[in-house]
Amino acid sequence: MELNSNIPEGPMAQKWSTHKTKIKLVNPANRRKYHVIVVGSGLAGASAAASLAEMGYQVSCFCYQDSPRRAHSIAAQGGINAAKNYQNDGDSVHRLFYDTVKGGDFRSREANVHRLAEVSVNIIDQMVAQGVPFAREYGGLLDNRSFGGAQVSRTFYARGQTGQQLLLGAYQQLSKQIGLGAVKMYNRHEMLELVLVNGHAKGIITRNLVTGKIERWAGDTVVLATGGYGNVFFLSTNAQGCNVTAAYRAYKKGAGFANPCYTQIHPTCIPVHGEQQSKLTLMSESLRNDGRIWAPKSKEAAAKLRKGELKASDIAEEDRDYYLERKYPSFGNLAPRDISSRAAKEACDEGRGVASTGLGVFLDFRDAIKRLGKDVIAERYGNLFDMYQCITGDNPYETPMMIYPAVHYTMGGLWVDYNLESNIPGLFVAGEANFSDHGANRLGASALMQGLADGYFVLPYTLGNYLGEEGIASAGKIKSDHPAFDAAEKAVRDRIDKFLSIKGDESPRSFHQRLGKIMWDKCGMAREKSELQQAIKDIQALRKEFWSRVRVLGEGTELNQELERAGRVADFLEFGELLCRDALMREESCGGHFRVEHQSMSEDEDVKSGLVSEGEAKRDDEHFAFAGVWEYQGDDVEPKLNKELLTYEVVHMATRSYK
Amino acid sequence: MHLHLKIWRQKNGDQPGKFVSYELPEVDEGSSFLEMLDIMNEQMVSKGEEPVAFDHDCREGICGMCSLVINGEAHGPQRATTACQLHMRHFKDGDTITIEPWRAKAFPVVKDLVVDRTAFDKVIQAGGFITARTGSAQDANEVPIPKPVADKAMDAAACIGCGACVAACPNGSAMLFTSAKAGHLNLLPQGKAEKDERTLKMVEAMDKAGFGNCTNYGECQAVCPKEITLDFIAKMNRDYATARVRKFFSKAC
Amino acid sequence: MSATESCRIPSLVKKYLMAISGLVLVLFIVGHMLGNLQFFIGPEVINAYAFHLHHLPGAPVSLWLIRSSLLGALVVHVWMAILLTKENRAARPEDYLGQKTRVATYAARTMPVTGVLILAFVVFHILQYTTRVVPVDYNQTIGQSAIEVGHVELEYFDVFAMMVSGFSSPLISFFYIVTMGLLCMHLSHGVASMFQSVGLRNESWRPKLKCAAAIFGWVIFLGFASIPASVLAGYGEPYLSAKETAWANAPVTPPPSSH
Repeated sequence: MELNSNIPEGPMAQKWSTHKTKIKLVNPANRRKYHVIVVGSGLAGASAAASLAEMGYQVSCFCYQDSPRRAHSIAAQGGINAAKNYQNDGDSVHRLFYDTVKGGDFRSREANVHRLAEVSVNIIDQMVAQGVPFAREYGGLLDNRSFGGAQVSRTFYARGQTGQQLLLGAYQQLSKQIGLGAVKMYNRHEMLELVLVNGHAKGIITRNLVTGKIERWAGDTVVLATGGYGNVFFLSTNAQGCNVTAAYRAYKKGAGFANPCYTQIHPTCIPVHGEQQSKLTLMSESLRNDGRIWAPKSKEAAAKLRKGELKASDIAEEDRDYYLERKYPSFGNLAPRDISSRAAKEACDEGRGVASTGLGVFLDFRDAIKRLGKDVIAERYGNLFDMYQCITGDNPYETPMMIYPAVHYTMGGLWVDYNLESNIPGLFVAGEANFSDHGANRLGASALMQGLADGYFVLPYTLGNYLGEEGIASAGKIKSDHPAFDAAEKAVRDRIDKFLSIKGDESPRSFHQRLGKIMWDKCGMAREKSELQQAIKDIQALRKEFWSRVRVLGEGTELNQELERAGRVADFLEFGELLCRDALMREESCGGHFRVEHQSMSEDEDVKSGLVSEGEAKRDDEHFAFAGVWEYQGDDVEPKLNKELLTYEVVHMATRSYK
Repeated sequence: MHLHLKIWRQKNGDQPGKFVSYELPEVDEGSSFLEMLDIMNEQMVSKGEEPVAFDHDCREGICGMCSLVINGEAHGPQRATTACQLHMRHFKDGDTITIEPWRAKAFPVVKDLVVDRTAFDKVIQAGGFITARTGSAQDANEVPIPKPVADKAMDAAACIGCGACVAACPNGSAMLFTSAKAGHLNLLPQGKAEKDERTLKMVEAMDKAGFGNCTNYGECQAVCPKEITLDFIAKMNRDYATARVRKFFSKAC
Repeated sequence: MSATESCRIPSLVKKYLMAISGLVLVLFIVGHMLGNLQFFIGPEVINAYAFHLHHLPGAPVSLWLIRSSLLGALVVHVWMAILLTKENRAARPEDYLGQKTRVATYAARTMPVTGVLILAFVVFHILQYTTRVVPVDYNQTIGQSAIEVGHVELEYFDVFAMMVSGFSSPLISFFYIVTMGLLCMHLSHGVASMFQSVGLRNESWRPKLKCAAAIFGWVIFLGFASIPASVLAGYGEPYLSAKETAWANAPVTPPPSSH
């Protein structure tokens, strides 16, 4: 596999502008001759489809939901970063770039991150022009807050619904283009196969989820904006439908899958209530701005809290362990996500967890309410408090919230070069589905930024570069009657027939749940070699079981949610193994990947010097400063690891310290 | 808790549907309503019966996908709550719960509890946007927007497009949805340029989609999970009237 | 899309027409009620009022102008109501099992029914008191009475006697009172709704307007219903019987051919 990152020459700050002047363009009159297929209608997909259509390309956009407005970008709460420096607190493109590289634990591609920071300012302008009602100050100018451990206030927000508002903004632009006929929108269509012609991505096979019809779509280029794979854990904050299928199908056609083990665990989710739970609900991290996280100091008190014999308010101040404030005095409750998450797990592992399951810690607003008054807290977090009360039945104004980490975002994804093009020519990957910008850990309020950056400000340039290189003669040349489509469609049909013919005794959902348990127990917040090896074996066995015992009721020619799930779970069952393999390969701890064998020990220099605490992630830059890109070799054959070495020109690798 | 369920089953849009009763012996009080349906579906799969199809996705009350009428009320008995955020502790052991799809001509049933809401997309496509070409925007702080205006726009923009307003309206009217979407954009200075055109086109698309007329019942507001108010309907009535008058005179000149 | 749908009047325009025609009718009702209440001042006043109404400046053109605009408003109101009801039923063909409503008032939900009943009443009312053909031909039975217009004594149709005679039937009075109750309901939703339909209502005004509309509905109800109620209670009875007695004893005169 050839991994050419295609990073432009020149100094970091000029790379993108230089690149833009050099890339190929497509004449406006010729654009309509090209057909662009966009899969996914979240921030990245919708914004890309809208922008490309605006430029004049023929665009077809596909989503599995009943409307493009429902993509899971909608659930992002907290905000979107941009280096506007409206608060005059020392922010700049460079600082946002620096923070993102550092936050990503030096496992992201520097040039991509710099571009992301550069275009962040355009995103805010664009979204405001589209009518996104960001929060404002009384003077009418935009308000910002500090978010997710950032030391500057660069986060723009729209109550606790920033993702929703941004997605609706992008959706409205997309809708305009649909109304004009420039985009053909296919709702309730799921991509089930990628079609390659002469090694280039030239089409997809979809299933119409309402009629079950298998359809072929030929295009000049394919954009995957299909989101992340957090649902491989079964319980995550992702929407029920989020899946890895599109990305995994591309992987099986030869696209490299980079860093699947980088999974972000979000520290502030509502704890699990029991076996019947279907998803975890995230509460915005912004809660940590005013809430204080603690667990009781003693196990006995924790046990009583779990049983309901004690209430949180019964625990005296001196018996509370504000562990984040204790361990990381300068960041306190705002310590980065991975650190906060692991600290919560540690507290629970020590037997100091609360909530009925023992998997929870307190997030307490008592002091904030005392300091600022209930009204201010209600103004800031009212909707989150309401949501918490709605789900748990507890009133957070009176009793502290309980939180526990949950899988939230996946930094890994299909490998792409600087142009967001995968190693399959003509296959572009945007948003959470690609791997490039967040390294091993994503900072809060950066996901929205990346999705929109890719869709609005990167793809419209780089996609044209590919089409320009291919030349106008190639436009629309590949039709869906090409033999490659026959083979791809047959594969899809065979797979569906296979699902329906097994007629076993266990539902796809149950297999999904079992896979999730393996993943969370053995490849969750803390990973260990023998457990990972065991996980791989378990998953292989489960997969075998799946293909002999799964029961998919109903028919293929109708709306069949069991069949949809079966397809997604089948891919997760293969992908889960890949994730574990990646975690096993990466003999270091970094960002969202924590190997218990690789943590700071009391005898380490950094611990002695007080830079980090004992038990923190220990990176191995000498051996692992690369993106691990997996290449498919065949079913039940170990995939091949390729490496894209990561070099840092501007931000020098250093130990991340949040003390 | 033990529940008796009465669920609407319909093979597809062409065939008539009917209610089918199911027994659900064990449900946890902490489960959400949709988790209760998951449990029921698992139970049905194990018996070899085809599970009930229902729309759902984010399960955190924001995507607007879930669309159930529970005991005659859109999204069930809790105010300002989507079906996915409704929890079983609001029901009692032994309760009989009726579950139906949204019912409106503009939202045809696809299967069981799943309906087709593309009519909403049509309304947005007709004019529910601000034309701002990618890359052409001025600095975000160039146009200050008074906080009360921005807040009001946000109130409207909170709409999740679930369609409960249409489902609850005895007229199957989409006025709350359309007015929230138009109101959000019409309130903002950025949206002023296209205000008249937007209002006229969105109302036209709404009528064309087969939604009913508003007769000021207020049911939509009562079931709206985001508590969007009738104010926006009044505002749209106003905006539409001025738009029509202005259009009439601009034609006359 | 069928031809009828393509030339459908925009939903909001229907609402405006409904509101504006409703406003015209509401104003008429207020005027009509104030006029009627002169019944309590005495036969001379109300009879003079009736004469003035029929001899407005420019009559009969002005009278027919007013009548035709009222009729126009009524036609528009009813026509829009028919369209709205028809389209709304089509837009929501099925009800829910155990259909529940949260806030919609009984008045709001029964607008079409109250509307139809009120319309039927209006027809009866015109036949009874304007054309005076049902249930009895008053033109045959009620005579003239003396009124004073501009210091001139005139003989004119005795409206007061007609009202007393008309309402002395308990059945008719009961029908009138019930219908006025329906009108009260119709107005309590309609008047508040009128403001919403033209966009002149918001969250803070909504409850106030609702309350004002309810009060208005009650005032109209009490104003109108007080007349049949008082007749049933005996008001005007002496006048009518005195007149009937006098009339029975008087020599036969040809009835007035028209008013």
